[in-house]
Amino acid sequence: MALSLRVSFWATLLSLPLGVFVAYALARWQFWGKHLLNGLVHLPLILPPVVTGYLLLLTFGRKGLVGQFLDDWFGIVLAFRWTGAVLAAAVMAFPLMVRAIRLAIEAVDPKLEEAASTLGAPRLWVFATVTLPLILPGIVAGAILAFAKAMGEFGATITFVSNIPGQTQTLPSAIYAFLQVPGGDGQAFRLVVVAIVVAMAALLLAEWVSRAIAKRISGR
Amino acid sequence: MTLSIALQHRFGDFALQAAFEAPPGVTALFGRSGSGKSTVVNAVAGLLRPDQGRIALGGRVLFDSDARVNLPPHRRRMGYVFQDARLFRHLNVRQNLSYGRWFAGTAGDAGDLGRIADLLGIGALLDRRPGTLSGGERQRVAIGRAILSRPQMLLMDEPLAALDEPRKAEILPYLERLRDELSLPILYVSHSVAEVARLATSIVLLEAGRVVTAGPATQVMADPAMAPVMGLREAGALISARVVAHEADGLTRLDSAGGPLWLPRLGARPGDRLRLRILAQDVMLATARPDGISALNILSTVVEDIRLGDGPGALVRLRLGDEALLARITRRSVEALGLQPGKAVFAVLKSVFVAQDSVGADAGAAPT
Repeated sequence: MALSLRVSFWATLLSLPLGVFVAYALARWQFWGKHLLNGLVHLPLILPPVVTGYLLLLTFGRKGLVGQFLDDWFGIVLAFRWTGAVLAAAVMAFPLMVRAIRLAIEAVDPKLEEAASTLGAPRLWVFATVTLPLILPGIVAGAILAFAKAMGEFGATITFVSNIPGQTQTLPSAIYAFLQVPGGDGQAFRLVVVAIVVAMAALLLAEWVSRAIAKRISGR
Repeated sequence: MTLSIALQHRFGDFALQAAFEAPPGVTALFGRSGSGKSTVVNAVAGLLRPDQGRIALGGRVLFDSDARVNLPPHRRRMGYVFQDARLFRHLNVRQNLSYGRWFAGTAGDAGDLGRIADLLGIGALLDRRPGTLSGGERQRVAIGRAILSRPQMLLMDEPLAALDEPRKAEILPYLERLRDELSLPILYVSHSVAEVARLATSIVLLEAGRVVTAGPATQVMADPAMAPVMGLREAGALISARVVAHEADGLTRLDSAGGPLWLPRLGARPGDRLRLRILAQDVMLATARPDGISALNILSTVVEDIRLGDGPGALVRLRLGDEALLARITRRSVEALGLQPGKAVFAVLKSVFVAQDSVGADAGAAPT
């Protein structure tokens, strides 16, 4: 349980900056390969999670291209570790996060950003002082969605990092494991209740934060 | 500081080819919608990259397609006031006003903010949110925000077009104060002749992407060839006059190059110079000084140019010292009076508008 929260937290936090960047690029820039990037981001949403997990294992596994490099240079191993679960959850949650943030960015009038630039603000400043505050509700919504998705991630996680108790056994994997053994229903049910409570609390919190921010930036 | 512009830009069927200079003061970029005014202003601000050309302010090159110079908007130091105020709704009025000052290196200079807020009458709004302001207030905050970014020039793209008449009347005096109290050149886009007459020191007339004429406001406004572009009802010359005295019966006497004028008591002091706008359709012509007529204001002038229209009308330009007056009469009258260049005539003025007033009193029609 604590592991699940930790995995989801880091998955959300670490993918957030990249999510905002990709969402901004997709919403505002015209560049070669834009459709390709868009497709790539959305792929985990459409592919069977097992496939995504297997692909992660191929790339980030000990013998994988990136995995070997990380191990040799930084001593970082992802496969069959909780950090790998973070990566799997982040990849699976990324499309949802990007979609929510992209919608928020597209709702910001570029004319406001133009106005800021005529007032002397360099591009990054315009983003930090105008765009970012205005899309904050979208970012919060995207982060909560991603967190919820990460909490529920199962297929890619179990393929990539397996189901090692205390190491990589997230909430869904634990429920699955309990259901595999005779008489495990009771414990599985307890975890199901926990999952529902956590999910509900996250949703309510998201709603409340979004509303508070939206009120602050409505200009009234 | 003079802004020099030479541009070529094409999008779709529309081709813009404009070259002109905007001398210090208020240069009005005048033309119908779709004539390319906003394109020119956006190119000056750096929000649009023209296909070809050169834009320079004083000695500073902002854009030069040959030399491959194209400064980004934030380095051009152009204060831009948009038609839709474009205030940052997540910031309050004070933060909106201060926004540009972060980058102008004057963040600590709070006295400036107070002075500009006073000048624009927004001192009481500083802690409000943009969403709670009226359209006129919003536009005044937008103007203040642009000025406080310490620009080298102000660009105003129809800043009053989105407002109703009372709101316009609320802002115009502030714009006049800006023009008179800050020595900041202003490029002012408008399709309202009344606004242009009141604010402009020079006029650039744009039609279908081309500059039709450019020059001092008094000259352009008195050009009969320009009257159809401005709209015949709105056509009218600007003349200057000096306040002589406030007389006992409530009239103010002014002196113009064509003789004395009387207007209902003005706020101006004796000695002040005013700019008057006289609509072409409010001028009657007579070959002899009319007698037994209620009109007070009769100027002696000389016919300079006659332009016959397609219909029954004609526009006559009359010389008034080194200024000019414009009269719209019928072709029949031109023949009946035997008007031709060089002939001395009397202009009977049915009404006179105070277009610019050195003390900032409200403009209004003054029946005479």
